Amino acid sequence: MAIRERLSGNEAVAYAMKQINPDVVAAFPITPSTEIPQYFSAYVANGEVNTEFIPVESEHSAMSACIGAQAAGGRAMTATSANGLALMWEMLYIASGARLPIVMACVNRALSGPINIHNDHSDSMGARDSGWIQLYSESSQEAYDNMLMAHRIAEHPDVLLPVMVCQDGFITSHAIENIELLEDEKVKEFVGEYKPAHYLLNKENPIAIGPLDHFTHYFEHKRQQAEAMRNAKKVILEVADEFYKLTGRKYGYFEEYKTDDAEVCIVVLNSTAGTAKFVVDKMREEGKKVGLVKPRVFRPFPAPEIAGALARFKAVAVMDKADSFNAAGGPLFTEITSAVLAHGATGPKFINYIYGLGGRDVKADDIEFIYNKLLEIAAPGKVDSIYNYIGVRE
Amino acid sequence: MSKREEKIYSPDVGWKDITHGGTITTAGNAELFLTGDWRSMKPVWLKDKCKQCLMCYYVCPDTAILIDENGKRIDFNYNHCKGCGICYKVCPFKAIDFVNEI
Amino acid sequence: MGRIVEIRWHGRGGQGAKTASLLLADAAFDTGKYIQGFPEYGPERMGAPLTAYNRISDDKITIHSNIYEPDYVVVIDETLLEAVDVTVGLKEDGAIIINTTKSPDEVRPLLKGYKGKVCTIDARTISMETLGRYFPNTPMLGAVVKVSKVMDEETFLNSMIGSFKHKFASKPEVIEGNMKAIERAMQEVKGL
Repeated sequence: MAIRERLSGNEAVAYAMKQINPDVVAAFPITPSTEIPQYFSAYVANGEVNTEFIPVESEHSAMSACIGAQAAGGRAMTATSANGLALMWEMLYIASGARLPIVMACVNRALSGPINIHNDHSDSMGARDSGWIQLYSESSQEAYDNMLMAHRIAEHPDVLLPVMVCQDGFITSHAIENIELLEDEKVKEFVGEYKPAHYLLNKENPIAIGPLDHFTHYFEHKRQQAEAMRNAKKVILEVADEFYKLTGRKYGYFEEYKTDDAEVCIVVLNSTAGTAKFVVDKMREEGKKVGLVKPRVFRPFPAPEIAGALARFKAVAVMDKADSFNAAGGPLFTEITSAVLAHGATGPKFINYIYGLGGRDVKADDIEFIYNKLLEIAAPGKVDSIYNYIGVRE
Repeated sequence: MSKREEKIYSPDVGWKDITHGGTITTAGNAELFLTGDWRSMKPVWLKDKCKQCLMCYYVCPDTAILIDENGKRIDFNYNHCKGCGICYKVCPFKAIDFVNEI
Repeated sequence: MGRIVEIRWHGRGGQGAKTASLLLADAAFDTGKYIQGFPEYGPERMGAPLTAYNRISDDKITIHSNIYEPDYVVVIDETLLEAVDVTVGLKEDGAIIINTTKSPDEVRPLLKGYKGKVCTIDARTISMETLGRYFPNTPMLGAVVKVSKVMDEETFLNSMIGSFKHKFASKPEVIEGNMKAIERAMQEVKGL
């Protein structure tokens, strides 16, 4: 029987980490992820885990310590947000390039400047090509579930890539909500033991990690790393299937909400997808055929699958909580439209809305406005503007 | 080194066989990388002058000076000596000469 | 889709508005409801006006925005009536609950024409007499449950005993005072 609880997103992630009981957690506090190492260090102090907790002096050091610990043969975890993630930047690439399956909780927050502590996705979107798998979470439940699945995906021999579990800062990280937890033993059994094939502290088979890699071999290593990201697609579904059998909670690359007969659709990540579901329910009662696609897996990007899912709509709005400053559209929009083009879907008209930067609240009315815009386009009307903003003062 | 390991570390290994992230899983394989042909000058061991102080052994940046089971240095391993001349510089007894390779 | 009861709390930094919203969420959770409890984080300082929210429903809650049309508004510090537009968006068939020594009729003129139910509670006096210190959020919690009927009163009281026993495990002597504060607030709230 699942345990019925109420936890904030940060509490849920810290609780998952407690149940996973990793060998090393190295972290530096930064709002809004601070509570994760805070709660976790209490578990360490109370002897509820036997993790070595390393309170480092910067996020660069946090990721470096995780890399060292994971290379040594341990399971290493960390948590961060915004500028903390940015300070980890060069080490993110070293973690993925050295194929170390570290797991990080990323509590999404706007990157400075100007300085802002609230939620948007500019931090993790900036790290989208760092070679980390990225899972996004609508609620504290999904953040918890993604954390429990993360190690299984990361440590799979066909993958061996680090995983970043993202959730919205404050909106879910600091809101208490109903959640179903798994018993400790079930988590232990599901997550399993970390058994790396090679590790530095194995005195029977000494190895070297991170050697100089010239033009003679670097390309082959990167090609192999790219293949690992492709392999992750299969592994993510296999792990989700096993998790479904354990919990009854279904996960895939993305969730489709009331899309069966929908004419128009919004694509949006994390907590705003929950608000969009609320709006879909309301508009459905008014007879409007609206639906939602919520990507969970952004890296690897499920290009053919998402293109296939979106092909049947007349109009699609992709909502981005980060701007690419490329004069063309947000990161999710450009990724989705290129996937759709590459995989030959020609039906839907696409528009992009940048929303919620720096924690600007997204109201149900904003989402309803976008659905009505889509219904106009589907009418059939024309797209007068592709790249738009919602919720900003003109 | 096994056949598989030879393949993994060969200069023309493909991406499917190469080790993850360049990890080197066979310790001590630098011995297989012969750097002797980098040399334009070479050291010559003058055995009669040598007092076996082993200064040269400690300063050699490669594995070109090895010691035997009795703790005595033996002649240069020219497969690995790059001809840097450090041993020649430090030898207190002028027991190492440094000459043109050809 | 079940109805979601939405509550907005107005307090000042340090007065426990966030804690009150979390305690209410806890209590509603214990009665089997789906809940949300979350503060609106700003540049928080002692005394700065702040807002916290609750959603309570029989069904799963997915909406993750702030609350703009609350069913109930709770004002922990009556000086906020001048500083903040506390009734903005408040539903006419809802209610506002204010911590003040005044009567509902006396505070209504400060509420910018709000026509719905106005309830008042002297949480300061109750807190001082039952707890010996000024913790307004405990009596306010009792008043909210009484006015909103968002959960069964007896289940609520049992839940509060449970959470106080947990919270004050090291000083059980304060549990009785806290329960007394809640019970008195439920009896003394005016304007029902």
